[in-house]
Amino acid sequence: MDLHLIPGAAPTDLERAAVDGALGPPDSGWDGGERRPKLDGHIAHGGRDARARRHLLLPALHALQGRAGWISPGALNYICQRLTVPPAEAYGVATFYSMFSIEPRPATVVHVCDDIACRIKGAKELGAEMEKSLGPAGSQAHRGNAPGKSGSAHGKTGGAMWLKSPCLGLCEHAPAVMFQVAGGKPAASGPRAGDATGDWTLAPARTADVLAGITGRRALGRPRGASTPQTRTGAGGADRASAGAAPLRLLRRVGRVDPESLDDYRAHGGYAALRRALALGPEGVIREVTDSKLMGRGGAAFPTGRKWDAVAKQPAHPHYLVCNADESEPGTFKDRVLMEEDPFALVEAMTIAGYAADCARGYIYIRGEYPLALARLANAIEAARTRGLLGDDILGSGFRFDIEIRRGAGAYICGEETALFNSIEGLRGEPRNKPPFPVQVGLFGKPTLINNVETLVNVLDIVVEGGPAFAAIGTAQSSGTKLFCVSGCVAAPGVYEAPFGATLADIVKLAGGVGAGRTLRAVLLGGAAGSFVTPDEMDVPLTFEGTRAIGASLGSGVIMVFDDTVDLQDTVLRIAAFFRDESCGQCVPCRVGTERQEEVLHRLADAAAARDGRRVPAAATEVALLDEIGQAMRDASICGLGQTAAGAAQSAIKKLGLFGGGR
Amino acid sequence: MSDPQATSGARASEPAGTQPACRARGVVALTPVNVCRVCVVEVEGSRVLVPACSRKVEPKMVVKTDSERVRLSRKMVLEFLASSVDLSCAGAQVKGWMERYRARPERYGPPKAPAAAGERDAAHPGHHEPSHPGAASTVAQLVKLDNDLYVRDYSKCILCYKCVEACGTDAQNTFAIAVAGRGFDARISTEFANPLPDSACVYCGNCIGVCPTGALMFKSEFDLRRAGRWNERKQTVTDTICPYCGVGCTLQLHVQDNRIVKVTSPLDHSVTSGHLCIKGRFGWQFVQNRPEGCKE
Repeated sequence: MDLHLIPGAAPTDLERAAVDGALGPPDSGWDGGERRPKLDGHIAHGGRDARARRHLLLPALHALQGRAGWISPGALNYICQRLTVPPAEAYGVATFYSMFSIEPRPATVVHVCDDIACRIKGAKELGAEMEKSLGPAGSQAHRGNAPGKSGSAHGKTGGAMWLKSPCLGLCEHAPAVMFQVAGGKPAASGPRAGDATGDWTLAPARTADVLAGITGRRALGRPRGASTPQTRTGAGGADRASAGAAPLRLLRRVGRVDPESLDDYRAHGGYAALRRALALGPEGVIREVTDSKLMGRGGAAFPTGRKWDAVAKQPAHPHYLVCNADESEPGTFKDRVLMEEDPFALVEAMTIAGYAADCARGYIYIRGEYPLALARLANAIEAARTRGLLGDDILGSGFRFDIEIRRGAGAYICGEETALFNSIEGLRGEPRNKPPFPVQVGLFGKPTLINNVETLVNVLDIVVEGGPAFAAIGTAQSSGTKLFCVSGCVAAPGVYEAPFGATLADIVKLAGGVGAGRTLRAVLLGGAAGSFVTPDEMDVPLTFEGTRAIGASLGSGVIMVFDDTVDLQDTVLRIAAFFRDESCGQCVPCRVGTERQEEVLHRLADAAAARDGRRVPAAATEVALLDEIGQAMRDASICGLGQTAAGAAQSAIKKLGLFGGGR
Repeated sequence: MSDPQATSGARASEPAGTQPACRARGVVALTPVNVCRVCVVEVEGSRVLVPACSRKVEPKMVVKTDSERVRLSRKMVLEFLASSVDLSCAGAQVKGWMERYRARPERYGPPKAPAAAGERDAAHPGHHEPSHPGAASTVAQLVKLDNDLYVRDYSKCILCYKCVEACGTDAQNTFAIAVAGRGFDARISTEFANPLPDSACVYCGNCIGVCPTGALMFKSEFDLRRAGRWNERKQTVTDTICPYCGVGCTLQLHVQDNRIVKVTSPLDHSVTSGHLCIKGRFGWQFVQNRPEGCKE
């Protein structure tokens, strides 16, 4: 490929160092290094070998953004030279992710969550405070010296700006903010350098703490265990055995184990499952998983055993394992809690999955907004590698497997499995057409086993106890326990674990119910891609089949509770805006449909406001239009984003009678 | 090279007169990207509709090409496009489909004012403030005029990705353009939206050749249209062979008022597949550079 670089744009030393930190030093003049007069004149390097490194594009962009604070033309040139990527394509990738900036900006960018759970817990007020201190969202009035310009300044002197952000996955502690901080030292060399980050999150975010955070003083995070009220003794949790409650399985170690210590993980039963798996053999493991009737917890509820078996039997090699940790569904935070509090469990479960499906390598694709989970997973993988639990000869069995982390950069769509593959491969995170399915043609075009974090962690107990024992928990069609992300207007928001079959009312009660004197208005089940259910549907059993029966879906386990103080119309408008923002833009039904849906909803809201909440006569036409938009998105979109983008709004109108549509 | 025939199995399932726009224009030399979704059909056993342009026919597949669901989705896709994109140069066939499916793009309200220069190129992905209700968002913007050979009028762009494919691995392997941005702000762009002369563009014009909506257009055609003098009925098309090199590409010279106004190559031609290089595509000025006073 004849690379045509951007004329007259050269990287600064800092930018060069940042990229080299992620990619290692260049080999020759051919890939951006010093030209060796004789050698490089005679032998050309690059070609297919260089292009095969395209998957390092995202880590390189992250390294650059993290160090320089933006992606400059000169720096993009250098990345393109290093990886033989045409600048137009690299630019297309850089402008796909909301965490990357192609303009200089202050060293500290405060992302203030503006999504549904945070909105009802003071996000708007927090935004108003930010506006007082830093000017309007996106304003660079307080920018100071961008690190990319000055070459050394960062943190305190780098200035700050703030932006509104989609859900940061900290809903149980709303309102939430994330600090994206550029500067600092270049990370150790190698592709893993992207793991190191100066980014951090704060929730619940009080204005004073956020302002202190801007000047570099980190406020203390949330108290440990607070994300999972069931694991605490006292309120909500208590002594579970004496209370007659089912024992916790997925949350067993959360809040009890030191998430940074492999020894502590082992002391709490860690790595027993891997030993058992190695004794069972790959077929044995798949048999147990199949017998367990485990279904995928990412939202689609596909039988996990069937998927593993299909990948294991693919003749094409290598096979890849991918853990989908791009948990971006608004209202979802269970995977974050598992990764932050019990990271070794995921590493062990992935090792077992890799063993069963004969995978050469595992990838964890974690959303960019989870810096703590990222750090803990990186630590866990490193520790496992040091102890021979990852690497060339795992536990002396001859099994060879390793895990790499890839950090997303702010794109909900990358949670869609094929978009995720494209993102890892250094392409824009646009979903692919199916068929072919990932089990045949997945990451790098090879058979790929892709599972969600919660699904994988379930495998540990299945291997230890056996599939049938697991299948005995829950209901006949939905086996095991499920993690529910309860947020919104409840006394104790958090991740709750319950066997399948518990009703919606049970879980809401577990979380303390709505506040005293308040009445329940609606529950958003399954997240933004899910739908609203009404107070008279609270007896729905939370199983795949039970929710389907009332036309809802369990999705990722989101239970967002709204009482009578919440402006539900505002919530629905935000959901519509979310889909408009997060559509990848590839197919027409979703790209234009999400835009049109938002427009119609705003028209309806304005009309309803003008009529003071009474039924709007003209609304019938608009509601019918909204219906048709929804059906086209559902039927003709390429992927699940467009296919589910209308669900919440439709249910809000039909079930809750919002927007003057009437019941 | 990919075999264009290998991926076009479902063409058999297209209802008469409603082949995908791209097929209608004979663009078989590109890998189907199937993002426009105009050609969706219903396949029994499939939860969602599938694109006819790329879905391969399988034995015993039951395909419905004109069901209620299919008709609704086609109508909506046409409405979505017509309400957000200028389809005035997309051809009579698109107009026919609009009538056939009773598409009413005016239902979405009057169009919003066009974007200011550079506004769409600078859109950051992610969070945005809600757009003004009562007016429909569009991709309307200024025409990009940055070279003498062709113009880019992205107000007419339906983001079908064909130009990107033609510039990339399907034909030219130049990679001067790619899709940038996200969602409704997605756009075809060079790196940092630089003008074409600063980009990798080699002016082969193959992107113009595959553009179905006239977003990419010969400067000569653009100027005539702007002057109100573009008249296809007055044009003749003359087949000839490119005089520049030994490959022997077939050229079609479009001539109006005894002047060449654009050059194409047959899309189904075995030598070119419709693709040319800068010389064949644009190197015809000398034909009409007659000395002053010379009889035409």
